[in-house]
Amino acid sequence: MILRLMPGQRSRRTQNTVTAAGFLLPNLLGFFAFTAVPLVFSLVMAFTNWEMTATRAPEFVGLANFGDLLHDRRFWHFFGNTAYLMMGIPLSIAGSVLLAVILSQKLRGLVFWRTLYYLPTITSGVALFLLWKTIYNPEFGPLNSLLRGAMASLGVDGKPPDWLLDVKWAKPAIMLMGVWTAIGGTNMLLYLAALSNVPPELTEAAAIDGAGPWARFRHVTWPQLAPTTFFIVVMSCIGGLQGGFEQARVMTNGGPAESTVTLGYHIYMKGFEEFQLGYASAIAWVLFVVIFAMTLVNWRFGQAHTEWQ
Amino acid sequence: MTIVAATGGPAALRAARRRRLARVARVLGYVALVGVGFTMALPFLWMLSTSFKPLAEVNGNSLLPQQWQLWNYADVCKQIPFGRYYFNSVYVALWVTFLQVLTSSLAAYAFARIEWPWRDKVFLLYLATLMVPGLVTLIPNYWVLTKLHLINTYSGLIIPGAFSAYGTFLLRQFMLTIPKSLDEAAEIDGASHWRVYWDVIMPLARPGLITLAIFTFMGNYQSFFWPLVMTKDDYVRTLPIGLLYFDSTYGRETNLLMAASVMSMAPLIVLFVVGQRFFVKGIQLGAVKG
Repeated sequence: MILRLMPGQRSRRTQNTVTAAGFLLPNLLGFFAFTAVPLVFSLVMAFTNWEMTATRAPEFVGLANFGDLLHDRRFWHFFGNTAYLMMGIPLSIAGSVLLAVILSQKLRGLVFWRTLYYLPTITSGVALFLLWKTIYNPEFGPLNSLLRGAMASLGVDGKPPDWLLDVKWAKPAIMLMGVWTAIGGTNMLLYLAALSNVPPELTEAAAIDGAGPWARFRHVTWPQLAPTTFFIVVMSCIGGLQGGFEQARVMTNGGPAESTVTLGYHIYMKGFEEFQLGYASAIAWVLFVVIFAMTLVNWRFGQAHTEWQ
Repeated sequence: MTIVAATGGPAALRAARRRRLARVARVLGYVALVGVGFTMALPFLWMLSTSFKPLAEVNGNSLLPQQWQLWNYADVCKQIPFGRYYFNSVYVALWVTFLQVLTSSLAAYAFARIEWPWRDKVFLLYLATLMVPGLVTLIPNYWVLTKLHLINTYSGLIIPGAFSAYGTFLLRQFMLTIPKSLDEAAEIDGASHWRVYWDVIMPLARPGLITLAIFTFMGNYQSFFWPLVMTKDDYVRTLPIGLLYFDSTYGRETNLLMAASVMSMAPLIVLFVVGQRFFVKGIQLGAVKG
């Protein structure tokens, strides 16, 4: 404001920079305090034996944390769990495309269906996870009473899975819940928007050339959706690599036999249960590098496949 | 062959076939919509119905309660300080929302409406931080807040959430869609950037602000990790942490868990239904024009 009172003393450019700095200041302060500084801090701490409870100061241990990590069988187990749960991503993306294509056919009640399908996404959180934990309960849960009923009427022997209590079924159960949550969610909304931007002339021309519905989708619509798919894949991979903590903490406590512990959960255990903050920082940084590499690969791949645009 | 002759040649036949196919596709479409919708709704319907059932009926197969037990909802509030958790969640989420919208809109204005050197480079740097996993900064942030004695306080829950690169990005995209001529006119009239921000851009950006506010409120109301490590006592504890009390592992009553879940989800559902058009626009703006 003061600058306004002394015209000519400073160039408009400098004046603008000062004003812009003023506008940016609150956000920038927060950015330094809660992102930039902690980022550097955690990188430094990843090379120390920092412990929350220890009275001694953290010592520099070089690459020891990273060495331990790469030789730790549990780390690789949890890496595998994370990757396993990420197999739900292509499933839910396929479901979202399909739902979006159906909804874009000018059927009645778009707003109603959209709201209904979005319900799991908005409510996703502790309450929803506890609901699913109850649904999956092997003895009393509604899912298994449905399955038992179905098996009895079909005359099938055996019993339904123990879901979250079974090492083999816990991950698929959590993945299934994830797909159920995501299928009609944000990704579907993005596909709906993208579909409304596909010029109808393109599909009409293909239809006149004798292309059937599948061929029209495969060769006309799907390529038009490439940028959206690219965005969704990148975001899902970033989310998937970091994710899994909340579900597992609420539904299984990481069990049975640590079969639902993801890398995010591992950081929580090391940092906030065992208080080995140095080691936990090292895991977080390895995760960061993996996320970065994956995003880069996605980027390259995405560029190659959407270039024609 | 005789049929072809009767209906007037292959072209007409093909047209009829296409019409029939279209009708079949529509029917199949509705069947799929209803089927998926049913799958989506069923867990929620089960939750709602169980929340009204007496404990003895919980494992029964009837979808509707035979005896409606409304006081389940009151029981929830007797077993845990539900009202306190509710208040804490809403209070913290409202503060975070207010501060985040304020700081993001200021920064977004600097990126969208002021010309300054390296502006777009700094903005890219901002965007790059979106890739930093929250897990990396979590531990140092926790440690710093411990040193500042903010563990187990409202401030400790609110302050780290008050700044957002995503919010800045979303509002910048929104502000870019506002015609430049409006603030130029105001500037010619002698208005400073602060005036233009407050009197011209903020009112016009209202749909964007509402969108960000809804996103932020919902995300914060549901947040779990941070309050889990930050809160130790009931007087600051938020709803997601409080709900863990009803975890069936500890032998709690399922009907009460469902009543608590219904109460916990209700504000989100209401907010979504009321603000739906902002929500849908916001998601599409954040992604498509990125």
